[in-house]
Amino acid sequence: MLYFARWKIVVILAICLLGLIYASPNFWRPGNVGSDLPSWIPHKTVNLGLDLQGGAHLLIEVQTSAVLQERLEAVEDNVRRSLRDVRIGYRGLGVRGNAVVFALRDVRDIESARRLIAERDSLVLVEIDDSGAARLEYPPEVVVDVESAAVEQTLEILRIRLNELGLREPTIQRHGADRIIVQLPGVDDPDAIKALLTQTAKLTFHLLDQRNAEPSAAAPPGARWHKGTDSLGQELDYLVEKRVRVSGERLVDAQQTFQDGQPVVSFRFDSVGARQFGRTTGEHVGRPLAIVLDNEVISAPRINEPILGGSGIISGSFTLTEAQNLALLLRAGALPAPLIYLEERTVGPGLGQDSIDAGKAASIIGMVAVLVFMVVVYGLFGLMANVALVFNMALIFGALSLLQATLTLPGIAGIVLTIGMAVDANVLIFERIREEARVGRGVIGAIDAGYDRALKTIIDANLTTLIAAALLFWFGSGPVKGFAVTLAIGIMTSMFTAIWVTRLMVVLWVRRRRPQMLPI
Amino acid sequence: MRRLRLIPPDTNFRFIALRKRAYVVSILLILASAVSLGVQGLNFGIDFVGGTLIEVRTEGPADIAGMRQTLSALDRGEVGLQEFGQPTDVLIRIQQQPGGDAAQQATVAAVKEALGDSVEEYRRVEVVGPKVGGELIEAGAISVALALLAIMAYIWFRFEWQFGIGAVLALAHDVITTVGIFSILQLEFNLSTVAAVLTIAGYSINDTVVVFDRVRENLRRYKTLPMVDLLNWSVNETLSRTVMTSVTTLLALLALFFLGGEVIRDFAFAMIWGVIIGTYSSVWIASATLLWMGVRPGATDDLPDDAEVARTLGEQ
Repeated sequence: MLYFARWKIVVILAICLLGLIYASPNFWRPGNVGSDLPSWIPHKTVNLGLDLQGGAHLLIEVQTSAVLQERLEAVEDNVRRSLRDVRIGYRGLGVRGNAVVFALRDVRDIESARRLIAERDSLVLVEIDDSGAARLEYPPEVVVDVESAAVEQTLEILRIRLNELGLREPTIQRHGADRIIVQLPGVDDPDAIKALLTQTAKLTFHLLDQRNAEPSAAAPPGARWHKGTDSLGQELDYLVEKRVRVSGERLVDAQQTFQDGQPVVSFRFDSVGARQFGRTTGEHVGRPLAIVLDNEVISAPRINEPILGGSGIISGSFTLTEAQNLALLLRAGALPAPLIYLEERTVGPGLGQDSIDAGKAASIIGMVAVLVFMVVVYGLFGLMANVALVFNMALIFGALSLLQATLTLPGIAGIVLTIGMAVDANVLIFERIREEARVGRGVIGAIDAGYDRALKTIIDANLTTLIAAALLFWFGSGPVKGFAVTLAIGIMTSMFTAIWVTRLMVVLWVRRRRPQMLPI
Repeated sequence: MRRLRLIPPDTNFRFIALRKRAYVVSILLILASAVSLGVQGLNFGIDFVGGTLIEVRTEGPADIAGMRQTLSALDRGEVGLQEFGQPTDVLIRIQQQPGGDAAQQATVAAVKEALGDSVEEYRRVEVVGPKVGGELIEAGAISVALALLAIMAYIWFRFEWQFGIGAVLALAHDVITTVGIFSILQLEFNLSTVAAVLTIAGYSINDTVVVFDRVRENLRRYKTLPMVDLLNWSVNETLSRTVMTSVTTLLALLALFFLGGEVIRDFAFAMIWGVIIGTYSSVWIASATLLWMGVRPGATDDLPDDAEVARTLGEQ
């Protein structure tokens, strides 16, 4: 028992030391003293969850079904054009659910129709029965790919939008098949950002339709009514040609600038866009060009002369912020699918700080109470358990810093709970030692048997709690996950400190003092 | 130096003899839980049923009646207001809005506009849509069920099947009465409550395992002792540890309850209840079940080798 392999002592001390070193940056966080420290000391601190540092957590769903619908509408369009080009008769063409359906007028056209559609889109499954009824569908794996690509693209666009907003360390990550989590530390009023994130920002240039029509009546063929505002800020209905002359996808840059003291947005097209824009403006001098953003006409200036340089200016009745946001949205690009918020959790900085303070107070008082109690009950051994408990705290904070795990309010609760439960292993050992001493074992025999017999119980008892923590981690979300992390780390570090650190201390003490009586 | 002994070394409470009274207490607790769950159900937080929760701080003491009037005028269904921790803080709960996820978002905007300047600080805004709420209920239920199964499997693997059943009965007892107390007191049942329930499960099993471990050891050691006495002995031997650990854990939890802030208070309460009920159940429910399941000395499979028995006997 008195023998303790030298390497074991070294390992135990090394782990404790590493725990202290890695935990240390957390203690001088407020005063910025950390910057004066030598560089070999780690600088990573525990990540505070949004519930502690304040900030907004947003769970967004990408409505991917819209992407498939859009794709099917494109298929419908393709079918219409292909069949018309070669004069194959059809009727009832349209999107029904997740398929495009139509019926051929002449069953002799089945093969040529099948070939034509496959030429245009090799991914779509074409089914035409003997009566000429056709059904075009995407196979499930293609649907998954299309939807997944839409989510990835959304993620990328949101990332650009967030980065350009100049926020402090926003994080954005995919969550499951069609969800995205956005975390905005330090943002306590996310309403404006939320609106900006979910705006589709689909920009198209159309000519205004100059036929006479009343806004109350249905739009004539080839045109569409769009709401909008004129240069004086008056609400107005515009009759806009359906045909897209230039699409916003052709934009390579957009910046907010000023024109006659008014905030405007300047833009530049790529070469294809510049050519399309040049042709449109060249052929239609004198006609108004409608700039449509998300089905709303933001401006409809008259074309004064052909614009061949591929750049232009959008001057609506913008405020400065509106112009800045529009430029940002145009730079980032349009979202492929609508987004909705499923969940929002925002914590103001005041509550976050209060939670940290309360958590600190509870941890310190709880710890002091346990420390005092252990000394009162177990004396010297209690003191050793207390040293182990302090090392345990250091190891928890060290591990949290090293793993860059996030500390949440429930996570603090997990730590406080660990303080209470960490001494359990020592209690088990000490009680066992007391028992063994009572049945007449000597000092060394009792200590030895105490550690030995309690070990199995400690492992059994702690593994079951670890199981609960693991399940919490898998199924929990956000703060609860934080609780599971600290609980699990706490269980593991407490087993180490309670078993090895105290044992080392006990052994060193027995070697030095050679006690005849157990002070327990 | 005299040490504090919470439990004198020669303590021999006749725990097992009291088991019938404990059964009555437990059955009453479970019945009360079941009745309360059936009649008034759980006070689900927005995590599970969706809705909006806003914590605001006003400059002076909050005019809750005035705020209630303002918010009722918004016609957003049931609006709950309560003082939260101090007179300047108010917690506003608004029920799930019909019209899906977008409608929830509109509610926050409407509330902020209606309250206007009367609010100094929005300390917390939580909006949970109907879809997420349903998923969270499912995940919570699955995790509790899986935890129970995993723990039962572990105990089964480490002990005999009777111990596994005893442990799970004790566990189910603790989980049901904890959920029950939340229903009886109509405390808010939310995600952190599920975390608390799972932790209670872990704590309770921890306690049970310690007692079982000792029962198993004594089963090997004393082959002729009547089972009632053996269980009694085992519980008494571990009683000191059981009480010590409960006390240290309760000390930490009480600190959390009184000092940890309003947000964490219900969680701390659940844990405190769990520690008490978990300690109680490992003594009476888990151990007494062993008696009832017919565990008796010599009936276990993993008998110790003769040498160990001889050594143990020699030491007596």
